[in-house]
Amino acid sequence: MLLKKRQRESAEINGSSMADIAFLLLIFFLVTTTINVDTGIGMVLPPPLDPEVEPPPVHQRNLMNILVNEQGIIVMDDVRTNINDVQTKLIDFIKNPEGSEELAEDPLKAIVSIKTVRQTPYRIYIDMLDEVIGAYALLRNEAALANYGREYGSLNKEQRDAVNKIYPKKISIAEPDPE
Amino acid sequence: MANFKKKQAGTKQEVPTSAMPDVVFMLLFFFMVTTVLREVTLKVKVDLTKASNIEKIEEKRLVSYIYIGPERLPGNKFGNDKVQIDDSIQEDIGAIRTIMYDKLLEEQRLIVSLRVDENSEFGVLTDVQEELKQAGTLRVNYSTKNEN
Repeated sequence: MLLKKRQRESAEINGSSMADIAFLLLIFFLVTTTINVDTGIGMVLPPPLDPEVEPPPVHQRNLMNILVNEQGIIVMDDVRTNINDVQTKLIDFIKNPEGSEELAEDPLKAIVSIKTVRQTPYRIYIDMLDEVIGAYALLRNEAALANYGREYGSLNKEQRDAVNKIYPKKISIAEPDPE
Repeated sequence: MANFKKKQAGTKQEVPTSAMPDVVFMLLFFFMVTTVLREVTLKVKVDLTKASNIEKIEEKRLVSYIYIGPERLPGNKFGNDKVQIDDSIQEDIGAIRTIMYDKLLEEQRLIVSLRVDENSEFGVLTDVQEELKQAGTLRVNYSTKNEN
């Protein structure tokens, strides 16, 4: 009897295949994983308009109307503009270095209004929006360098907020006219 | 001959493999954590356009996707521009409002990532944006690829 008991198999679970199982799982997750970072242009839509409340009056000179029509032509304040000139024109409009009567009084008051029609090609719209965001990025970087001597990207949160206050991003997406 | 014997008697030639399961498990956990298993099957064609002034969406769990593009039809054909949310195509644009509002109630800081095909027209997107405004999901992100 005693001898028989001793000959029993050991109670341990054989762990030598664990590595194989783990490898198998590892390969599965390796294959299925897609490490992709989502990138895009962040925007905040305007809240829905209340028909009973009058919109606050905006001085025409503080408003930059950008229209992208069905042929993908960009019109800034009734002037046809090449996509490459959008950024410089916008910076001029926001900063208004010469104090022109036609351009924004103050960067704080400058509003960019983007208008499209239903047939506007999406790609042109994004290209144009990219230029607008780029103009603000340039201005903020400039302000960051002037005030803190560092690039906008390396500022901390409070400094960033301070710079954002100098050049607030006021972009309004207007609804297309009903046809 | 004596020299040969001496060499063999030296250090062991085997690499210790007892730590291998631990290493493998560590890698396994890393990939398990980073994996996003539930990928949406796209019913519309979305080729993203490119832009240079873009930002990354750091918190992926805040993001809800809306796909807009030509519908994929059997036989490699493409139909009209359609809107897809989650796994189904939304024929009724007005239904987007309730869907997005429900999502907003679940997550207050919701970001709506608009993945729009570069060749589509702005009209459908206008309708969707109008619905988003009504739903109160005002934070949007026009998904683009990096130009550089």
